Amino acid sequence: MLDYITSYLKSDVTPGAAGNVLWAFIYIVLIFLGLSVAVIAMNWLERKILAHMQVRLGPMRVGPHGLLQPIADAIKLLIKEDIMPSEADKLVFWVAPLIVVITAFTVFIVVPFGPTHAVTDMNIGVLFMLGVSSLSVLGVVMAGWASNSHYPLIGALRSSAQMVSYEIAMGLAVVSAILMTSLHGTGIYGVASTGSGTGYLSMIEIVKAQAEQQTWFVFKFFPMGLIAFVVFAIAMVAETNRAPFDLPEAESELTAGFHTEYSGFRWSLFFLAEYSAMIAVSSIAVTLWLGGWLRPFPNALSGETWDLVFSLFPGLTFLLLAGLAFVGVIRMPKHPLFRLQTIGLAGFAAVLGLIGLILLVPAVRDRIQDIYWFSIKVAASMYLYIWYRGTFPRYRFDQLMKVGWKVLLPIGVGVLIVTAVMGVVL
Amino acid sequence: MSDRESHLELQEHDQTFLDSNELIINMGPQHPATHGVLRVILKLDGEKVLGTECVIGYLHRGVEKIGENRTYTMFNPYVDRMDYVAAVSNGLGYCEAVEKLMGLQAPPRANYIRVILTELNRLASHMLWLGTHALDIGAITPLFYTFRDREEILKIFEKYCGARLTTHAFRIGGCQYETYEGFERDVQKFLKFVAPKIDEYEELLTTNRIWVERTKGVGFITGEQCIALGVTGPVLRASGVKWDIRKAQPYAAYSEFDFEIPTGTAGDTYDRYLVRMKEMRQSLRIIDQAVGKIPEGPIMAKVPKVMKPPVGEIYHSIEAPKGELGYFLVSDGSTQPYRVRVRPPSFVNLQALDMMVRGALVADVVAVIGTLDIVLGEVDR
Amino acid sequence: MPDETKTPPPKPADNADKPGQSGSVEPVPPADKPAPPAVPPKAAAPAAPAKPAGPAPVAWESLMVDEFRRQYGSGIREASTYMGQNYMVVESAIVHEVLQIMRDRESFDYCVDVTAVHYPQREKQFDVVYVLYSFARNERVRIKAEFADGEKPLSVFDIWPTADWLEREAYDMFGIEFEGHPNLKRILLPEDWKGYPLRKDYGIIQQDSEWVKINLGIESGQ
Repeated sequence: MLDYITSYLKSDVTPGAAGNVLWAFIYIVLIFLGLSVAVIAMNWLERKILAHMQVRLGPMRVGPHGLLQPIADAIKLLIKEDIMPSEADKLVFWVAPLIVVITAFTVFIVVPFGPTHAVTDMNIGVLFMLGVSSLSVLGVVMAGWASNSHYPLIGALRSSAQMVSYEIAMGLAVVSAILMTSLHGTGIYGVASTGSGTGYLSMIEIVKAQAEQQTWFVFKFFPMGLIAFVVFAIAMVAETNRAPFDLPEAESELTAGFHTEYSGFRWSLFFLAEYSAMIAVSSIAVTLWLGGWLRPFPNALSGETWDLVFSLFPGLTFLLLAGLAFVGVIRMPKHPLFRLQTIGLAGFAAVLGLIGLILLVPAVRDRIQDIYWFSIKVAASMYLYIWYRGTFPRYRFDQLMKVGWKVLLPIGVGVLIVTAVMGVVL
Repeated sequence: MSDRESHLELQEHDQTFLDSNELIINMGPQHPATHGVLRVILKLDGEKVLGTECVIGYLHRGVEKIGENRTYTMFNPYVDRMDYVAAVSNGLGYCEAVEKLMGLQAPPRANYIRVILTELNRLASHMLWLGTHALDIGAITPLFYTFRDREEILKIFEKYCGARLTTHAFRIGGCQYETYEGFERDVQKFLKFVAPKIDEYEELLTTNRIWVERTKGVGFITGEQCIALGVTGPVLRASGVKWDIRKAQPYAAYSEFDFEIPTGTAGDTYDRYLVRMKEMRQSLRIIDQAVGKIPEGPIMAKVPKVMKPPVGEIYHSIEAPKGELGYFLVSDGSTQPYRVRVRPPSFVNLQALDMMVRGALVADVVAVIGTLDIVLGEVDR
Repeated sequence: MPDETKTPPPKPADNADKPGQSGSVEPVPPADKPAPPAVPPKAAAPAAPAKPAGPAPVAWESLMVDEFRRQYGSGIREASTYMGQNYMVVESAIVHEVLQIMRDRESFDYCVDVTAVHYPQREKQFDVVYVLYSFARNERVRIKAEFADGEKPLSVFDIWPTADWLEREAYDMFGIEFEGHPNLKRILLPEDWKGYPLRKDYGIIQQDSEWVKINLGIESGQ
């Protein structure tokens, strides 16, 4: 039994590939928990970062620097009255958020957090992700339709049109990245390739191809990889209905778009789904173009010393966060009313510090650092989402369509063709 | 046959959903983009607007009726509650109208103070407009920047007269309060502070691709249409009509200052945005000139304790931030006005909404409501 | 108008007789300080400047008035200047024509305001006031006409589209029905409200109690 549990720790394939059901289940639970925590953290971070961009403080009341605010919000949402409009189509209204949230979580089955850290490694991983994530539009349309109200209906229509159009540009960008797995051009590092000449749709193999070719695909066939990445990055913002493409839920036009009639727990499911969809598409982007779990500068700064230095990063990051939290503890006003907060923040700092120390243990850090690099890249992409939201006005519907069909689509096709040609010629 | 029947039934049940290209939706009165309690009934074909109807009056307080039942002095604070974003302008218009009716003349010092405060208020009003307008179009950040800077103006108001929003800054015949110690310094400090901030707003928006795409060619209106519809203020000027009451028929001390009337050419939302941005700079210019040379002297004309203007009627209008704000006063020789008529710019400008959004998209309705810069307190009075 | 009979308000309205209140205050002759010549901001007022001395209207002499007089004779009942502001009182029958000419011939292309004043003692109870402005001449003129209750002035919507809402408001507040208005219905008050609040016989705290009861479910909105 113990063997069965520990056997996976030494394996170098995913639990799915190893046929280890128990570990696959553990992974699913871990991913679910991790995602939930990530969504909560995103909620807090988005509010804080946006607030600081806008010369205000953001949540400050619940817990030190509002750290507990998302939890308070979650509790509020859960105990809120569950309202279902009397004219709504009950069944569809009930099912819609489930579909959205299930699709948003299902895609994570194939997301590779590391060479071994994925629930399973499907040989059509990318296809699976795109397919499942585009199912979420069904939930959105159902939500809009079932509400039997005008604003949600318009929101749902906008949403479906938008998601369908941007999926094409997105698909073309993805295809050009997949093409790169089989085309062993020299890339910008000028390293001769030794690849097998076959392409992959498997998420893990795509990252491995990048490791093998010693370049992230964003730099490959410069600037083709970069353009494809930008096309994907724009399309993914549209795909997740975020600013500046947040028309389906355009607050100033449609109040809240397709989820206008939702409240309480059902609404929080949409919220959860939105953020996990953002993380999911960011994961695709990171996997396809930014080298997935690979650490930065694998060739420029190679060698054992550099490996060691980079492997220390996860632990050091947590120690840094712990340090920041500790500074916060010191700067906390010395007042009886702040005692609880101070103790809480100190505890938080201690937990962070402990995690940091654990991550410095060699056995752990070797196994974990892949996850760290992957998460850091995803986090950077999430920061971009927030940044967009703070900077851009919203596109109008016809302009959105114009960008999708007249700009991104031709660019996507062009990049695909040029990539193919370059791959053959170089 | 049965097909047709079920078809009819569906139509009866909910015509707007099935088998109909037209969709009637109700925007407001509780809607984030209608700036208060405006209700716009939109007739849509998909996303395209076929027609609109404004339903107003949700904020109707009967200001004109109240005016007939208060003395001239007592009515003064009420006018602040109409366009509460530019309360000082409202007060100025009313005070000057009553002064005119009584044959009074505010002393020069009072006029200078009036100009400074009114122009500060114009800035505040335009800042609020910019923030909310940008918010409607989806840019959330400018709102916070403009509110931060508007705060400085409100601080000056607060220091001058104790109130921030509904200031009641002026009295009939002049000003109630002498400027406080350091007023000039505060204003000059503010001018220095705010000039780069206006550049900052422009940096965020003027060349922003999405902003330009969202506003250029949207809500187009020609100068002739503006005049026919009685639209005034920045909307008129953005359509190329160079008309500003401050220049055309100067009131207060405006004839003594050197400033320009910014105009646009295109008459679209983008030009209106540019015109208002330029107007903010011109306001700074006026304040800068005025604060440097506030004349000494009394701040109040000799006003009788009980105001009983002679029988007669008067129409006086000023250039409020939103357009021509007129007061039509009829006196019957008693202490109370016989009739107070307020000619609100927002009310008249709002009429143009239907014309400006026909054939546009839903998102443009929001942009046009924003660009008309209406305040429902003034529309409904 | 049957709805004019006001429902007795909770408290007796004490507004209608406001001149009575002025008895308690010391009379201050308003003519004691007309010293500064009232600086008329009117840049291009064609004729006599403001006469501040006795605040009484003086005759308004201008080519335009002469022209109108020639055309309509006694239809132009009064053309005066008060405090530097020009106004004309015309017969109710010709007011629409005069306004049309004002725009077409005299280039008063901007209708600033359309409003009304209620004089219950008069036989013709309403003054309908048109405030006009000419961009070309930078000049403001008021045109007034008297109308009896129930008499229907012609709408000027066909001359200036801006009159749409302005006339609707006058209708809403005074019950003056403008003939030929495309969409004459209440604008600020609810459509089924009874009574016209800006008439002098409508008390300041008066309300349509029936409407309030039905629509708001309360006894009184006060």
